[in-house]
Amino acid sequence: MRYAETGVNLEIDLSRGSIEKEGSDSRLTELHLGGLGTNAKILWDRVPPEVDPFSPDNLLIFSAGLLAGTPAPGANRTIVSTFSPQTLLMAYSIMGGFWAPELKFAGYDKVIIRGRSPKLVYLWINGDKIEIRDASHLKGKGALDTAELIKQELKEPKAQVAAIGLAGENKVYFASIEQGRSSASRGGIGAVMGDKGLKAIAVRGKKDVNIAQPAEFMELCNGVLEYIKHRKENPIKGVPPILAGLGSPQEMSIHDEQWHTASFAWGNARHRRKDFWNKEIEKKWKKTQDKAVERLISCYNCSMECGGIITHPKLERYMMKCYSKLTYTMAAMSDLDFGFKIAGLAQEYGVDGYTTPQVMAFALELYEAGILTDKDLPGFPSDNEERFFWLLEKIVRREGIGDVLANGVYWAAREIGKGAEAYDHNTIKKHEQIPIKLGVLNPIYYLMWSTGEKINITQIEGQIPQAPFLTKEEREEFVEDWVQVPKEEFKDFVLNWEPRTLPHYPTIEASCELVEWQETMHYIDDATGICAGLSSFPIKPPYHIHNLPSFISFATGLDIDEAKLWQIASRNRNLIRAINIRRGMRRVDEKPPEDHWRKRYPEMETKLLDEYYKFKGWNNEGIPTKETLDELGLDYVGQDLEQRGVYKEKAKVAKSVSKKETSQPSPGTKSAPKGETSQPKPRTKKDSKK
Amino acid sequence: MKKVKVIKIDVDKCNGCRACEAICSAFHAEPKYSSTNPERSRIRVLFDPLKDIYVPVLAGEYTEAECNGRDTYTINGKQYDECSFCRASCPSRDLFKDPDSGLPLKCDMCEEEPPLPEPLCVQWCLSDALTYEEREEEEEEEEKPREMEIGLEALIKKHGAKTVMDTVARLAKG
Repeated sequence: MRYAETGVNLEIDLSRGSIEKEGSDSRLTELHLGGLGTNAKILWDRVPPEVDPFSPDNLLIFSAGLLAGTPAPGANRTIVSTFSPQTLLMAYSIMGGFWAPELKFAGYDKVIIRGRSPKLVYLWINGDKIEIRDASHLKGKGALDTAELIKQELKEPKAQVAAIGLAGENKVYFASIEQGRSSASRGGIGAVMGDKGLKAIAVRGKKDVNIAQPAEFMELCNGVLEYIKHRKENPIKGVPPILAGLGSPQEMSIHDEQWHTASFAWGNARHRRKDFWNKEIEKKWKKTQDKAVERLISCYNCSMECGGIITHPKLERYMMKCYSKLTYTMAAMSDLDFGFKIAGLAQEYGVDGYTTPQVMAFALELYEAGILTDKDLPGFPSDNEERFFWLLEKIVRREGIGDVLANGVYWAAREIGKGAEAYDHNTIKKHEQIPIKLGVLNPIYYLMWSTGEKINITQIEGQIPQAPFLTKEEREEFVEDWVQVPKEEFKDFVLNWEPRTLPHYPTIEASCELVEWQETMHYIDDATGICAGLSSFPIKPPYHIHNLPSFISFATGLDIDEAKLWQIASRNRNLIRAINIRRGMRRVDEKPPEDHWRKRYPEMETKLLDEYYKFKGWNNEGIPTKETLDELGLDYVGQDLEQRGVYKEKAKVAKSVSKKETSQPSPGTKSAPKGETSQPKPRTKKDSKK
Repeated sequence: MKKVKVIKIDVDKCNGCRACEAICSAFHAEPKYSSTNPERSRIRVLFDPLKDIYVPVLAGEYTEAECNGRDTYTINGKQYDECSFCRASCPSRDLFKDPDSGLPLKCDMCEEEPPLPEPLCVQWCLSDALTYEEREEEEEEEEKPREMEIGLEALIKKHGAKTVMDTVARLAKG
């Protein structure tokens, strides 16, 4: 018997219409755990680097995390992996909700989809019975609407449905996969689903998920619940309210948005409004939010209530994730009420709540700068909010300028030309980043923005405070119960952190270690399917490196200690890097936007990256060395890279480098285009509509 | 006086996480906690998030025949099916039936030996949609059927009242 996992993957070929159940190799669980780890292994083995994301040969993998469906609180994540039409690298997105546990109860760990259906279909996984069903009547339907219609026609209200909206069908590069209150939205995986002609996957299961050592496992689970209660009663002192608890930032319940509105940039990641938040705004927004949020809701087996049921007079009820509350509001330099209004619509269309607002704000900047004109935007309204609604409609339909914008800021800027590239100032690896523009470089964040391959900073950051505590007493109090640190020495980071010591604090060596800790915890969560909100993301989470090995061991029956778990995370991390290296990613791609910090330190940045690469066992191009891969049991990966000659090639350089690394490109002025990278040209309209 | 154990359900506080289902099914697994499967749970959250309906229901008695209750209730503008509040394991729905054997499931308030201080679904509900209460109630006289009555009832059901009475009379003459 297999424990925690089911040991069965579904292989669906949509070109042939075939459905197969394949037993999975339990040795791969030992090596990669599950979720993202085993997804990466499958993508390495089965999708050669030449394969276009919109090719029937690309795979789209829906995986339950290893612990999803066990009683481990918050273990409910679905990890969706494929290749991104936008970054052309491995796309990775993950959603909470109820889908992954249901898949486990249906008897499967993964659904691996290949091929392309000639007509729109949906997949119905009803325990042992699996059908590919016609979805032509669902064409153009909203993502949530689709889920409701499918449940009705199957007469199965308990089915869990992951679906794409119109944006996915039209292969918008930032189309999401929506599942009730959750979505997998980064990297354009919804577009890949659309390309495969797959509208939705509905799943229903009635089988058991087994635990190897039940009594020991339950004791740990109860410990997590006790810890959650403790943290609720004892929020972390000395940090903003939004960071003081567990879960995703509790934006559905907390009204105080001082931190987000002041720290993040508005518009096209352009304006800091440090004085925006005041009593009047607070009062107004509180009223808006109290009216809109009808109920706080959770994912499967988690008490965190990070989501909200939203009602708005202009909309059907919908479910909101924490982050989309402010992204539209801030991109449009608008009001919270607008955010609630447009987010519901965007979710039905199925687009990413981070990227979409930025793409639209980018278009608006181009219009204001005269790069896009009324000729490009016929019928463009004069009202600011109306403009965002207008752009959204164009993008999801790929109509007119929407067809260009639907490829995201990076590709759109290059297709539009006429200096539009200068307005692409917030992408890394061709993907829109969280709009944050700061003063002084932070060495830890420099490394994370540069080397992150999961594209979103929130997917590799966590655990550490974002700002120094002012007094010695506060610092000492903070570290007192900081049991989550892998090593005692890590506490020194907080104890010795004085205000205004950036960018020289902490040391390069300490930065490398702290970055590795943060991302390692994420790579573990992405394999287990435990939500980052209870684990790798917040400060002082209930799951950490000292108890996760026991959770995994008691659940699976494997014998995993801290060192082994760290090594598995490192194996997964290096495998994903190798996949991207094989697709052309190099050091030249690893840099934050020029204006990410006002003050830059080119020499120090080079040294940071040099040292971090060395620390990780990568060569100076950021490529895992053969030795590193051998040590992790990935010798076949090293051999492949060697055969492809990647170890011998000359360092790739940016085709054109801007004049001064420290200068900030300002809108409207002529500045040199951003460094071109090694990737192919953007697709033409014809290609992307195919 | 007798002790009455009550689980109070506050549908306004339920966030739909179904931790109650997960832990109930794990507790009743054999061996204890060895597997999880909400389908075996003796509590289910009937929910429809887009209508903002969340109703945790505990499994009650098995019933052989479905009732004709098809009414709806409107509470604060939200429409609930009558069945939403019903605890029965009933032929009209697949709720509260073991998925393998089809046998009815019934909440036992986690009183299996050793009994828990409070049911696990309550312990795992951190949003307090489920809370536990013990009440003292006046004991009504001789309400409980005695053991023999239960036995006789079963015999009457099986053989018919007349046969049982004839048999009892014959034995009494004995």
